[in-house]
Amino acid sequence: MTVHSVELADTAVGPARRARGWNASLVVGGLIVGLLIVMALLSFVWTPHDPTLVNAAARLQQPSAEYWFGTDKFGRDVFSQIMVGSQTALFVGIVAVGVAALVGVPLGIVGGMGSRWVGETLMRFNDLLLAFPALLLAIMFAAVYGGSTLVAMVAIGIASIPNFARLVRSGTLQVMRTEYVLAARAAGRHPFGIGLRHVLPNVSGLVIVQMSVGFAIAVLAEAALSFLGFGTPPPTPTWGRMLQASQELLWEAPRLAVFPGVAIAVAVLGFNMLGDGLRDYLDPKLEDRR
Amino acid sequence: MLLRLLRRTAVFLASLFVSSIAVFTFMAVLPGDPARVTLGVNASDSAVQQLRDEFGLDRPLVSQYASWVHGLVTFRLGDSYVSNAAIGPQIADRFQVTLWLVVTGMVIAVLIAVPVGTVMAIRHRRLSGVLLSGLSQVGVAVPAFLAGILLITVFAVRLRWLPANGWTPPVVDPGMFLKQLVLPAFSLGIVQGAVLTRYVRSAVLDVLREDYLRTARAKGLRPGQALVRHGLRNAAIPVVTMLALQLATLLIGAVVVERVFVIPGLGSLLLDSVANRDLIMIQDVVMVLVVAVLLVNFLVDLLYIAIDPRLRAGAS
Repeated sequence: MTVHSVELADTAVGPARRARGWNASLVVGGLIVGLLIVMALLSFVWTPHDPTLVNAAARLQQPSAEYWFGTDKFGRDVFSQIMVGSQTALFVGIVAVGVAALVGVPLGIVGGMGSRWVGETLMRFNDLLLAFPALLLAIMFAAVYGGSTLVAMVAIGIASIPNFARLVRSGTLQVMRTEYVLAARAAGRHPFGIGLRHVLPNVSGLVIVQMSVGFAIAVLAEAALSFLGFGTPPPTPTWGRMLQASQELLWEAPRLAVFPGVAIAVAVLGFNMLGDGLRDYLDPKLEDRR
Repeated sequence: MLLRLLRRTAVFLASLFVSSIAVFTFMAVLPGDPARVTLGVNASDSAVQQLRDEFGLDRPLVSQYASWVHGLVTFRLGDSYVSNAAIGPQIADRFQVTLWLVVTGMVIAVLIAVPVGTVMAIRHRRLSGVLLSGLSQVGVAVPAFLAGILLITVFAVRLRWLPANGWTPPVVDPGMFLKQLVLPAFSLGIVQGAVLTRYVRSAVLDVLREDYLRTARAKGLRPGQALVRHGLRNAAIPVVTMLALQLATLLIGAVVVERVFVIPGLGSLLLDSVANRDLIMIQDVVMVLVVAVLLVNFLVDLLYIAIDPRLRAGAS
């Protein structure tokens, strides 16, 4: 039985609904994200130079055929650092989005299927979590345990739970109003089975879109955390720490800020566009009701 | 309406209570021994014991929590172990600085987002609307601290129009205060403005499709008049909600931007306290930030009732 194909005629998006198909956001976003993944994977086996190799003779070189993006004040190759930095950005994103989805999706489904009281409690809990943004959580974690990649991932993951829970709950509420759910309930199916067979497949489009957007949020948060020194510790290069190091050299070498800055912005742009594109492509029949 | 008001107030107070428990648990219970964390692993046992006595860390947790909350409510937070300065006045001073940043940033964001978002909505099928959409998409992808660094590079390093960093209180030198406020406030404002623009666009687009706007046009108003008189007020509701949610982002964004521009605000206090392992100060600053966010959300809930007559009527 394929639940995906069930048409929700009464909840379908209105006249603005676009035809299913490829769109510019999906292609551009997908290309950027694809390139990012290739760059991260490639950096495990090859970088033009050793990104952590200190070379006093090659300090603050201009971009050249040898050093594509130039070198920093320790003579380290900027391009190689950007490549390796994508590993951290993606790794933190994968774990943070994973944590947020694993906790947030079940919470949202339970909140949407349970009694009104359960739903309301969940929403209040959500509002409360919103008062603790990723950065604040990470600072609290770092104060107690010190900064690390794990701290960044967990803090960003926890802070992203409300995004998933809220979205999935509103999707679940719509699915629960459909006739096939009514039929399943009348047939005496256990709520757990309804959640797994009917609700989850129908909200999966929403979840996939939110995952892509969640990645963008995670990349931004990771950059801020490593900028402040609460993320992955040195010598592993991260885009945020490269920016932080560039600040004292803005007068001599502003390009040191531009390259990691562009890397962050392009990565975030890519995930956001991919999210937008997926939203149109998957054409979720469930409206995003925020 | 009164019932709604009471319910909102109850939710607000409950949120304050739960979040204070969360912060207390995290900062005072989880570390095991806050005195040991504050002093570091190399401290002597007697020094740790002395700090424990001083902060009453040997008392039951409930009593520690009660005296912390009492301190928060009366704003007598005691002295910092690290700097020996009173915590309350420090937080108050720093909060003023951060408030300047956040409020100016928010005003800039709204001044950008409302006109640009409205134009984007009206022209959403034309090239200009699509280009503006693309531009806002790029703005969303830039974190505030990166915007700050880029603004410094252009306006302080290249053009030398504005100072790269620093902070002067407005009472000391208003001119210098304004000069130093421009770049950090714009770093926050441009980025938040880009995010907000997208919400203004979709809110105005929704309103444009409404029947009452067609009615307003039918009774002889020009499109602009109809939108300003009937549309924007309705579009304001989702936008104000977003604005409130963004305040949390803005407060936290200010933490990083303060670091970029070397501004002695609440964020710098928090980061310095983390560097000094001043757990008690961190606990207080975090709680102040959380209370600020919850308070704004509460005020927005009240504002809804004022903006939307339907909510007023519906609840009673």
